[in-house]
Amino acid sequence: MTDTSIAPPATGTRTFDYGSDEALARVKRRYQAEGRFKLYGLLAVLFAGAFVFVLLADIVRKGMPAFFEHRVVMTLDLDASLIDPTGRREVDALRNGDYNKIVMDAWRANFPEVTQRAERRRLEALVSSGAADDLRGAILRDPSLIGKKLRFPVLLSDDADLHFKGLSTGMSAVAGNGALDVQVNGREVTLIGSGQPFATILADVKAGLLRDADRANAELARLPASQQGGQNVALDAKRAELTARVADLKRRAGDAGGAEMIDFAAMPSRIVRAEGAFIQLREIGPASAKGFLLVAPQRAITRLDAWTVTTFATPESNRKASDADIAWLESLNARGVIEKAFATRFFTSGDSREPELAGIRGALIGSALTLLVTLIVCLPLGVGAAVYLEEFAPKNRLTDILEVNINNLAAVPSIVFGLLGLAMFLNFFGLPRSAPLVGGLVLALLVLPTIIIASRAALSAVPPSIKEAALGVGASHQQAIFHHVLPLAMPGIMTGTIIGMAHALGETAPLLMIGMVAFIVDIPQAVTDPGTVLPVQIYLWSDLPEIAFQAKTAGAILVLLAFLFIMNGAAILLRRRFERRW
Amino acid sequence: MSLASPMVQEPASVSEPDVAAKVAARSVNVYYGEKHALKDVSVDIPARAVTAFIGPSGCGKSTFLRCINRMNDTIPICRVTGDITIDAKDIYDPRLDVVLLRARVGMVFQKPNPFPKSIYENVAYGPRLHGMARNKTELDEIVVGSLKRASLFEEVKDRLNDQGTGLSGGQQQRLCIARAIAVSPEVILMDEPCSALDPIATAKIEELIDELRTNFTIVIVTHSMQQAARVSQRTAFFHLGSLVEEGSTEQIFTNPKDKRTQDYITGRFG
Repeated sequence: MTDTSIAPPATGTRTFDYGSDEALARVKRRYQAEGRFKLYGLLAVLFAGAFVFVLLADIVRKGMPAFFEHRVVMTLDLDASLIDPTGRREVDALRNGDYNKIVMDAWRANFPEVTQRAERRRLEALVSSGAADDLRGAILRDPSLIGKKLRFPVLLSDDADLHFKGLSTGMSAVAGNGALDVQVNGREVTLIGSGQPFATILADVKAGLLRDADRANAELARLPASQQGGQNVALDAKRAELTARVADLKRRAGDAGGAEMIDFAAMPSRIVRAEGAFIQLREIGPASAKGFLLVAPQRAITRLDAWTVTTFATPESNRKASDADIAWLESLNARGVIEKAFATRFFTSGDSREPELAGIRGALIGSALTLLVTLIVCLPLGVGAAVYLEEFAPKNRLTDILEVNINNLAAVPSIVFGLLGLAMFLNFFGLPRSAPLVGGLVLALLVLPTIIIASRAALSAVPPSIKEAALGVGASHQQAIFHHVLPLAMPGIMTGTIIGMAHALGETAPLLMIGMVAFIVDIPQAVTDPGTVLPVQIYLWSDLPEIAFQAKTAGAILVLLAFLFIMNGAAILLRRRFERRW
Repeated sequence: MSLASPMVQEPASVSEPDVAAKVAARSVNVYYGEKHALKDVSVDIPARAVTAFIGPSGCGKSTFLRCINRMNDTIPICRVTGDITIDAKDIYDPRLDVVLLRARVGMVFQKPNPFPKSIYENVAYGPRLHGMARNKTELDEIVVGSLKRASLFEEVKDRLNDQGTGLSGGQQQRLCIARAIAVSPEVILMDEPCSALDPIATAKIEELIDELRTNFTIVIVTHSMQQAARVSQRTAFFHLGSLVEEGSTEQIFTNPKDKRTQDYITGRFG
């Protein structure tokens, strides 16, 4: 069979044996090549999908805390003399009431043992400064509450909130063994066990000392070698100090029975909890320990049968919430007055320096106003330009140049449009700085080429037979376009417009140039009010040092992504729904 | 059967002796840029009769057809010289409104092109545009009348609000004819109206053309010589941009004067 195929054909046309080994091998190679290509495609899709999934999962994980807030529910004594001394219930008077005192009185009442000024300030810092405003709002809505007692959720500060979101320190609790005798002297507490109840904790501390010694040794090894003659006095002193420290740490670690002071800068804090009391251990021996009463017990205690030791993994000086802060919060948590609630505030309030009070309302409204201006400017201008260029303009050199430059404009970096906006709208026309009006105009410049290109494509996709049909029954050129061609091109135009708008919604750089990057607390009411937009708000928040703003940043990103998905989804839906086939 | 009926009427056609020409073309030349597409065409098209333009592809018959309602104006590079008159009035007179001309000279295209709107709206668009109906009742009358004259009404009377594009090809083409006659044109130009249709739909359209002849002057471009023979009273043969021969259909098909006409109709080329 192969022989016949190799034999030269008698006639002019060559015969070819498609069953020969060579031909079959070629077919096989073709299938392999196709299979490989499919595999590459599949791998690329999977790879991209994995990236998108990881990105989204990360943003969701970081952003979810932003949608919840923690509050402490307390009974507030709405003392009429503090809120409305005149008793006339006038709005102005009600507005000026001392709500902060009401909240703080109730708050401090939870921890009567806190008397020192500095400690009291720390305690008060755990309540948000917005709590008094919340109460003011409630009273203004319903003045009849004055004089009554009201169970009211008081907003906690960002540090307290972060603690409950698990972002302050890792905590682990172990039950203590054996009963303890307790001697209380003011806030100083001595705990004495019958056996050696603190032996394991002490061993733990000593192990920590050994680690410190290793660290000091490593530092010692990194120091430059001593020079002959010993000229560098500072270096020698440092070396001597480190050597002494290593020796001291090793001695203490080796002395199993010796008591140790807790170094709050380097060691995890250990808190003894019993009967509602929180005792911060400061000096630990195998059998006894000295501590400080952070939260007083429910009743006077002299002996503890059941107690636990809670370890705060992060050393106190490395976190914002102190041992006392955490003790107060955990104490309230144990009393069951802490509630976790959906943070509507995130959607209803403007920007704030206090993370727990900051919301995206201002940015959302700013974005909406900006996009409104963009749409109003862009859609008629873009569609009009597209209709003129596609259907009416003479085809000559000038329109060719125009077309090329419209395509070029679509590729201009957005920051350039920002500079143009700064020079034109702010400096030349003198429009207000930071205003959605200017932002909208700048974004309109950015989106216009996209809309013109998309609209022209949509217009030219309408079959000419439709226009001819209209012309054939005596419609004018303009009537044919506006009655028939434009409506048929509308889904395409809308798709292009929505995608352009989504692009504008996510745009940051040009808006920085025209001052929409300012810290603005007020929610803009008009297009000339100063405002900011969602992506710029994200940019602003991502720059702030407070940890709570990280969650806010991710939360705002989620909201922005949701809007982008909705807009692009609408574009796809429009295309599907109104797509026509001829 | 339907194929036969126009043939039967053929001998009875009295339009043979030239009545006053409805459309008269004198020395018409058309250029697409550099290309000389139509060379010195002069022809008379009689009123209330069907005139067929035949010829091989690219011979200029469609180009000439599109000159009669100035549809070539929409092509930027197209240039027309010479005179075309309708009722002795020059249609290339700059004072003449091209939109009104197109209302008087309706057109049916090669591919059925109903608007993607309802059947009713398709027919009502033209009359509404020209303010031909004072109220809804009058508009309804025009629409129903046009559909009836296009022999489509019986098939679509229950679904006038359905999409025109949802009809079958033949129905769509009859809808396009109804749309064209709704504006009461004097001349109807048909550019290969049956080329996209099956034989049965074609027969229906041909029958319709024969009926419309009593009221309208019809010019039809066709590739099918049988069709030209069946529906037309006069035939013009185009070749390479020139009008080769024009005369009564009977004469062209039975006794062509030009060798090229004879070759074409006997199927020797084209």
